[in-house]
This record gives sequence, structure tokens and C-alpha cells, in this order.
Amino acid sequence: MIDAAELKRRTAELLAAQPPATTDRLDFLRARFDAGLAWVHYPEGLGGLGAARSLQAVVDAELEAAGAPDNDPRRNGIGLGMAAPTILKYGTEEQKQRYLRPLWTGEEVWCQLFSEPGAGSDLAGLGTRAVREGDGDWVVNGQKVWTSSAHNARWAILIARTDPDVPKHAGITYFLCDMTDPGVDVRPLRQITGEAEFNEVFLTDVRIPDSRRLGAIGDGWKVAQTTLNNERVAIGGMRLPREGGMIGPVSKTWRERPELRTHDLHQRLLKLWVEAEVARLTGERLRQQLALGQPGPEGAGMKLAFARLNQEISGLEVELRGEEGLLYDDWTMRRPELVDFVGRDAGYRYLRSKGNSIEGGTSEVLLNIVAERVLGLPSEPRTDKDVAWKDLAR
Amino acid sequence: MSDLLYSEEEEALRSAVRDLLADHCDAPGVIARTESDAPHDLAAWKALTDGMGLAGLLVPEAQGGQGATHREVAVVLEELGRAVAPVPYLTSAVVATEALLELGDEALLAELAAGRRIGALAVALNVAAGGAYKVVRHEGGALHGELTGVADAAVADVLLVPADDGGLYAVDAADATVTPQVSFDLTRPLATVTLNGAPGRLLGDAEPAVRRALRTGAGLLASEQLGLADWVLTETVRYLKERKQFNRPVGGFQALKHRLAQLWLEVVNLRAAARNAADALTTGTDADVAVAVAQAYAAPVAVHAAEEALQLHAGIGMTWEHPIHLYLKRAKSDSIAYGTAGVHREALAGLVDLQAP
Ligand SMILES: Cc1cc2nc3c(=O)[nH]c(=O)nc-3n(C[C@H](O)[C@H](O)[C@H](O)COP(=O)(O)OP(=O)(O)OC[C@H]3O[C@@H](n4cnc5c(N)ncnc54)[C@H](O)[C@@H]3O)c2cc1C
Repeated sequence: MIDAAELKRRTAELLAAQPPATTDRLDFLRARFDAGLAWVHYPEGLGGLGAARSLQAVVDAELEAAGAPDNDPRRNGIGLGMAAPTILKYGTEEQKQRYLRPLWTGEEVWCQLFSEPGAGSDLAGLGTRAVREGDGDWVVNGQKVWTSSAHNARWAILIARTDPDVPKHAGITYFLCDMTDPGVDVRPLRQITGEAEFNEVFLTDVRIPDSRRLGAIGDGWKVAQTTLNNERVAIGGMRLPREGGMIGPVSKTWRERPELRTHDLHQRLLKLWVEAEVARLTGERLRQQLALGQPGPEGAGMKLAFARLNQEISGLEVELRGEEGLLYDDWTMRRPELVDFVGRDAGYRYLRSKGNSIEGGTSEVLLNIVAERVLGLPSEPRTDKDVAWKDLAR
Repeated sequence: MSDLLYSEEEEALRSAVRDLLADHCDAPGVIARTESDAPHDLAAWKALTDGMGLAGLLVPEAQGGQGATHREVAVVLEELGRAVAPVPYLTSAVVATEALLELGDEALLAELAAGRRIGALAVALNVAAGGAYKVVRHEGGALHGELTGVADAAVADVLLVPADDGGLYAVDAADATVTPQVSFDLTRPLATVTLNGAPGRLLGDAEPAVRRALRTGAGLLASEQLGLADWVLTETVRYLKERKQFNRPVGGFQALKHRLAQLWLEVVNLRAAARNAADALTTGTDADVAVAVAQAYAAPVAVHAAEEALQLHAGIGMTWEHPIHLYLKRAKSDSIAYGTAGVHREALAGLVDLQAP
């Protein structure tokens, strides 16, 4: 088994062969991937070395200290957090070879074509159709919505209905969709903040070769579970310093602007400061559990806590700013590459954080998941489980 | 960063304490005892101290203790909280012991560590570290005065009494009059301590000893609150899976599922906060902030958990027979003990530079 010392040795070797100061950024990132130092816990040849997941931190620290470029992970959150683990688990050897490297280096950004106008929380109710032509290509028709980063994405993970005659969970298949193919139409969807971070995606006779199917025909729901589970824990593993989240800017404002302070806001700020610190500690606890390979169920709760805190803290900050809180920094319609919580004003943070309790599963749906999968409480009576999708009331 | 997990040894300690309490401290027994003149369970105390040596966890081996740390003590307190055990562990093995550790009275420390004697710091239970506390008069070599709200004084053999000359004195309980007060928390009862010219032995300066004792008390109380909250949540989930109304288990109604999921989230967070406080007290790093954060968070969560448990058990939860009331009373009382959440938030404001207007 590869240990920390061995990883340090290999990192030093990489740095010697590709000195960051004189190496092109992409060349460096590709070399890092090929050396197995991208995701050390991934298999050899796929960016990893089959080492313990916890040892990634060792490599990251060495590279950061040496001034090596990173792969700008925030730009490709869906690729790194969701597409990659799903491809690793369900992809063919060929698919893994084709997609993982440019995904990790950030040369190819990914998006997620899951939600539809009629299928949000009830994702398995989706209606986008994929029909196979003989033993050849799939032809896809339908509409996806709220697709983050579709305008920057080279690839998409896509789920579509391949069999309407069976119950809804059974007739779905998972595909990798080329966003540059004819028939893929991405239209900006302006949102509450003024910008268009997400999109509508219209799919009209899009041809997807069968070689871009991920997992078996009709197994799409199971494959999607891997994506969704990874989506939910992606947040909890993050390591933050004290005041590292949204509580940071508001604490700073409080310290620097005594004229804005009121007693009511002081009480609320202290309460939220404590909750943010406790949530940070819970995240740290989760990280420590993951490092020992014994993930706890805390992950499911992290997103819930994070969403509520972001909303309450940013709401408080707007109030704290008084007259300035009546203003907004910029309503220009843009198509940003990533969510910029720190680069913008409190008003933006307040509006954007409203999405934190909706994207990636609403807080209501996550509470159901905690109640049923963590606490083992009974699920709601279901009327849609055994009925063919085409016969469901719509 | 502090270690927020439990070691294998800590888990082993937990199950040993849990087994012992299962034998000694079942809920009907605790309820029956609260109705007697002797609410404390001294048999359980003897088993914990004689049998397992737990009273001496914080005391170095050279001074007759077990030489363990606040992390292990926290695990013991989690289990005591789960059982609302009426034993003077927090008061004697933690608070009084910490005061003595500060002053270095080896003989008394060794007696407390061995569980041969029970100690109580004669400061009202609601006082936070750094807060004002009542003192007695030191006059002509003897102590005079009355102190109220002293937790577990009824079973204490020795009282650590602060006096107006700034000293902390050891007073034999036989030389004081200890009168039980009618307490809200029946499992950690309070008493009045009256001294009419009682002899006291000077231990040293009261201020640093009391401060240290109360800070540790507050920090580790969070673990007791965690155990309590964990028990009421687990028990409520179990009950709601069983209890049927409208022809289905009531735990299947989403309105209740969401409340329980929310509680679970609070308990998960409390675990991280309590572990962090125990670890910080052990290492001495960042302890003031860690304790303030843990207490500011723990009290509302434990009370919320117990209140939800009562509401969701409904009629049966309102009965004297069902143990939920023991937990609610302990949780509410704990929310005042060693400083309220508000007091700890105020302390935090100074510690992290978020000053009041
Ligand atoms: C900023 C942002 C980015 C997004 N990015 C993407 C993306 O990249 N790709 C993608 O595929 N999707 C994306 N989404 C879509 C997101 O996943 C869905 O919006 C979400 O799953 C909720 O679906 P919905 O909007 O249809 O709400 P609905 O499902 O219609 O919900 C309406 C309300 O009913 C509640 N509700 C629904 N079912 C239940 C239930 N069983 N119990 C209790 N309450 C329930 C919900 O919580 C909500 O309050 C994004 C959304 C946002 C806001």
C-alpha cells in the first residue's frame, strides 16, 4: 500500500520533471494526472494510485507549497463531484480512459441534464425520451431545465426515459451527452440575481451513440443514485478555517463598522456565529471519519445546515448594512463561469443562497432522506411505484 | 485541528459505563428514588468509582487518580446523561476535582479520586466561569454564612467554600448544615449550605480555582447534554415507529419526520461541538472559545430535543411514569447550569472580537 512518504517522493519527482515555474499549466496538470497524483484513491492509469483517500491532502499540500497550478476545481464542480465518481463506478474501460483525464484537468467542463420542467424533486418522473434505432444510436428528444454551467460545458451527464411501459424508476437510462452535437440548444435562464448561471436545454433529435451509454439499459436510476449521493456529500468534506464561510464577511463588517451595530443584530450574529462554527466542526468530524474510511451519516445533514446558515447569515448582513442594504451591486445579465459568493455584495449572497436549499435536492426532500435512511422512519404511502410510467396521471 | 472522533478505548469505556448503568440506573428506579429522601443513587456511584475508578480520571496517577483526560470524562458524562443518572459525577469528579487540581491539595484530591469522599464546590449551579459568586464570612478562624443552589451538596462529604478573604476553604460536611431545596431537576438536587462558625481548612486562592472548575464544568456539561439529547431522540424515533394512529405508524407522517430529521441534525452538530470542547480542554488549545461555543449550542439543543420528545410522545409523555420528564427537567436545568447560552455567547463576543454595540 502506498503511504504518505511514497506519495511525497512521487510528488517531488513530478515537481522535478515538470518545474511549475517553467511548465505550461495544462502540461503540468496532465503530467500530474498521469503520475497518479490527481485523485490518489483512484486506480492506476486513471489519475490515481489506489492509495487511501485521506492521503490526497499530503499531495495537495506539497504541490501548493511548490506553487504548482491547480485544476481550478470550482469551475468544474459537477464534473469532479458527480460525473467522475459515476463514470469510475459504471464506465467501461474505454469511457474511463476517454473522459477522466480532460475532466480532471478542467479542459472539459461537465454539466448535469437531470431536472425537467415536470420532474424536479420527483426526478424519476422525467419525460425526456431516448429511442434506439435498431442496434445503433439513441435519438433523444426533450427539455431539461435549471442546468448549471450548460453554457460552458463540453459534456453532460444525462438521464432519459428509454422504456415508458414499465414503472418510472425502471425505464430510465444514463448517457454521456456531447453538448456540441447538433440538436442541443442551450438557452440562458436569467435568475433572481440578475445573471444566468443556469439554462434551459432543448434536446431535438440528438443522436447519442450507444458507446456513450453509462451502465445497462434501464439501469439509469441506479447509476443516478451514485451521482446524487456524491452530490450531497461533496459539501461536507470541505475543510474550512474558522469564519471560513459566509460568517466571515459579516463578522468583518461588524468589526470594521461599529456605527452599524445594534443590540438585536448582535444577538443574532453571535447565535449564527456559534452555529457556523459548530457546522464547521461537524464538517471536520465528517472529514476525519472519511479519512478513516468510516463515513458517518453526517454528510446528509451538511447540505441542510449549510443552506440554512448561508441564508440566515446573508439575510442578517443585508440588514446590518442599513442604507447600503437597500442597494444592489450589479443587475447586469451575465453568464458567469461559477458562483461567486465572496466577490459580490451581501445582497447578491442573500439572493443566490436562496438556491442552496433547492439545488441538488430541496431541504424538504433531504429531510425525508435523513428521516427514512438515517432514522429508519417509514416512507410515505406511494401510489406511483408499480404503475407503468406512461399510465401515471400527469 | 482537534480530534473529534472517539478512540477505541473511549468506545470501550462507553460500553462499560453503559452496561453498568443499565444494571443500576433504570428509569423506574430513578423515578422511585426521586420520590424518596435519598434521590442520589449511591450504589451506582460506588460501582462507578470503586468498581471502575472513574472518579479519578482527571487526576494524575501520581496523585492517586487514573491520569486520563477530559476526553474520557466526556464519554462518561455522555452515558450519565443518557441515563439521567443521579450521581454526583459532574459535581465531584469534575468540578470539585478541577478546583483541587488548581490548588494542588494532594490528600483531598486522592480521596475524591478514589471515590472515598464526595466533594462539592459551594457555588450556585447557575454561575458561569468568571461570573460573580456568593462568599461566606471568614471571622476568627471560622466560617459564617449561607450559600444556596449548591448541586449535590446533600451527598457531599466535603464542601469547597469560598470566603470573603478570597480564600477557598475545605469544610467537612458534618460541620455544616446542608438543607435540601425543592429542585426542578430531581436527579441533580440543590441544597443550602449554612455555616455557623464552621472550621475550614484554607486550600488557597478561590478565584482561579473556581474559574477553572466552572469552565471545565461548562465544557463537559455539553457532553452530558449530548448524551441526553441522543437518548431522547433515539427513544422518540423508536416509539414513533411503533405507535399507530390513522392506521399507520405516526413516524411515517412527514410533519413528524421532518421534525425528527431536524433534531438529528442538531444532535450531530452538538456531538462535534461537545467533542471539540472535550479535546480543547485536554490540550489546552483554544479552550475558552471551544467551551463557549459548546455551551452556547448545547443548551438550546438539549432542551429542544427533550421538549420535542414530550410533544411527540403526547399523552404518555406527560405522565410521571414515563421517564421523559426526568430528561426535560435535567435539560432545562442544564441550560442554566454553569452559565446560560446567552452568557456564553456574551463571553464569546469578547473572545472572538465581535463587540456589543
Ligand atoms: C441554482 C440552481 C441550480 C440548479 N442546477 C441544476 C443542474 O445543474 N442540473 C439539474 O439537473 N438540476 C439543477 N437544478 C434543479 C434542482 O435540482 C431542482 O430545482 C430541485 O430538485 C427541485 O425541483 P423543482 O424545482 O422542480 O421543485 P419541486 O419538486 O416542484 O418542489 C416544489 C416544492 O415542493 C416540495 N416538495 C417536493 N416533493 C416533496 C416531498 N416529497 N416532500 C415534501 N416536499 C416536497 C419542494 O421541497 C419544494 O418546496 C438547479 C436548481 C437551482 C435552484
